[in-house]
Amino acid sequence: MALTLDEVSRIAQLARLELSGEEQGEMLTQLNGFFDIVEKMRAVDTSGVAPLYTPLSAIEDVTLRLREDAVTETDAREANMANAPARDGGLFLVPKVIE
Amino acid sequence: MSAAPQQLHELTLAQQGALLASGETSSVALTRHALDRVAALGELGAFLHVDSEGALAAAAAADARRAAGAGLGPLDGLPIAHKDIFVTQGQPTTAASKMLKGYLSPFDATVVARLKAAGTVSLGKLNCDEFAMGGANENSAYGVARNPWDTSRIPGGSSGASAVAVAARLVAATTGTDTGGSIRQPAALTGITGIKPTYGRCSRYGMIAFASSLDLARPMARTAEDCALLLQAMSGFDERDATSAQQPVPDFVAALNAVRAGASATQPLAGLRVGVPQEFFGEGVSEGVREATRAALSQLAQLGATLVDISLPRTELSIPVYYIIAPAEASSNLSRFDGVKFGHRAAKYGDLNDMYRKTRAEGFGPEVKRRIMIGTYVLSHGYYDAYYLQAQKLRRMIADDFQAAFQVCDVIAGPVAPNVARPIGSQTDPVAEYLADIFTLPASLAGLPGMSVPCGFGEHGLPVGLQLIGNYWQEGALLHTAHAFQQATDWHLRRPASLA
Repeated sequence: MALTLDEVSRIAQLARLELSGEEQGEMLTQLNGFFDIVEKMRAVDTSGVAPLYTPLSAIEDVTLRLREDAVTETDAREANMANAPARDGGLFLVPKVIE
Repeated sequence: MSAAPQQLHELTLAQQGALLASGETSSVALTRHALDRVAALGELGAFLHVDSEGALAAAAAADARRAAGAGLGPLDGLPIAHKDIFVTQGQPTTAASKMLKGYLSPFDATVVARLKAAGTVSLGKLNCDEFAMGGANENSAYGVARNPWDTSRIPGGSSGASAVAVAARLVAATTGTDTGGSIRQPAALTGITGIKPTYGRCSRYGMIAFASSLDLARPMARTAEDCALLLQAMSGFDERDATSAQQPVPDFVAALNAVRAGASATQPLAGLRVGVPQEFFGEGVSEGVREATRAALSQLAQLGATLVDISLPRTELSIPVYYIIAPAEASSNLSRFDGVKFGHRAAKYGDLNDMYRKTRAEGFGPEVKRRIMIGTYVLSHGYYDAYYLQAQKLRRMIADDFQAAFQVCDVIAGPVAPNVARPIGSQTDPVAEYLADIFTLPASLAGLPGMSVPCGFGEHGLPVGLQLIGNYWQEGALLHTAHAFQQATDWHLRRPASLA
C-alpha cells in the first residue's frame, strides 16, 4: 500500500499539526518507507491470539486498580497554572470559541 | 580503600559511599568536584541544566546529616543527575523539546523523589532525544550529546547524555528511561552498565509519557553493583502510577553476591543456563560486535554457566510491532501539548484549531512529528484493526516466545546493538535508523528486565555491550550474572583515552 498526499494532509489535520507543502512531501516519502517494513507484520496469521495491551498480562490477569474516591491533593492552583501561556485570574485563556 | 582527591570522579557510587562513611571525603567535596568536571567537559553536551546552588546545598545537608549520625543510607550525599524526561521541582524540565522550554514542574517524579529521599544530590538535568524519541540523542532541540570514546560519534539514545555523563566520569550514576532500548543501547555504545527492570517495577509518575505500556525508569552506572544500589532506591509500588506493580522488592544488593547451589569461587555461575538466541547473531551484526559478544558468552561459560541455543523467531517482527505501538501511544500522550495549560504557544494564530496546529508545528521536532503522524494514522478509523490490533496480537506472540525460551534457560544473552556507535549526522533515513533497535525491542515489548554490560570493543576501538534478558521480576538474576562477569573482566573499568 502507499499513502497519498491527501491522506498525509488528512492525518496532519487529525493530529493538529500544521505541515508546509514541502514537509508534507517529505512526510509522505518517509511514511511510505515506514509502511514498507510494516507489510511483513500484516502478513502474519494472528487469528485466535489475544492482544497484549499491557506487558504483564503475558503471565497473569491484569486488572485496573481502583482507589478510594477521596480527596488526596491539596489546592495547588497557583503552582499548576504557573506554566500557562495565557491566563487571567484562575482561567486559562484560549481564542474565542463561541461567537 | 582510598583514592587521591583528583581521582574522585573515577570512583563508583559504592566507592564514593565508602569514602563518605570513613570520613575521607565529604558530599560537598564530591559535588564540587563533579560540578567542576561538568563545566570542564561542557562540549559533550551532556547537561541541559546545571543546578550548582541546589546541588551544593543538598550536599551540605547530607554532610550535616552524616555528622549528626542521621545519614539516610548508602546513597546519602552521592552526586547523580536525572534525564530531562523526569519532572523536577525547582529545576526546569524540557524533555529536550522546544515545546517545554522553561517549563517548571510543580512536583517531583516519584523516581526523583525517592532518590532525593535516599539522600542523592542532583546536579541537574541531562540531554536526551526529544520526548525520548530516538536512538542517537540527535533529536534533542538543544543540541547533540557526544560519545566520549569519539566525540564525532553518537552516544546512542534516547538516554544518550545519561550514558555520556557516566562514561565521561561526570557523575558515577544517572537516571534514564527505556521505551524501546533507550538505556541498554546508549549504555552499550558508551561502555557503561544499565539495567531496565520489569515493567511496573519503577513508577512512571512524573516521567513525561512517550509510550505508556513500554516506558520504564532505570539507572545507569559503571557497574552492576551501582545499578543495584540505585534500583533498590527507585523501585517499589506507587499508587500514583496505575500500572505500578504491587510486587515485593527484593534485596538487589544482596543478589549481587548470592551464592548459587554448586557454585565455587571460580564458578560463580554454576548451574546457570544462558540462552543464546540464534536470531541475535544473523546478518546485519558487525564482525566486531559479534566477536566481542561471542567472547563474553565464552566468559560466562568459563564462570560455570551452560550455554543453550534458543530461538526467538519473531525478533525481526518486533521492529514493525514496536513502531506501530509506540507511536500510537505517543500520538495519544502528546495530544496534551496544545498550548493551553503549559508549554509553548505559537505567537500568531487565527482560531483555536489554528492555534493548536501552529503551536504543535513550532513546538515539536521532525521525529516527534513523524511518530505522531504514524500513531494518528494507525489509530484512525478503518486502520485500527489492520495495524494497531495486529501489532498488539504479535506482541503477545513475542512475549510467548520468551516464555517458551525461559523453559530451557534462566537468562538470555546476546548483543545489545548490531553496530558500534556511528558518526553524528551519518544517518539521514529515519526509517533505517529504526532497524538498529532490533535486539532491544523484543524485551521491551514483552516488558521483561534487561541489562547492558560492557563486554569489549569492536570496530574503531568502540565499546560493545552484552545484553542480558531475564524473566519477569528476575532483576536479581541479571545483576548477579553481570556482577560475576564484572568480577572476572575489566571491560567496565576501561575509560575513554581522551579523558583527563
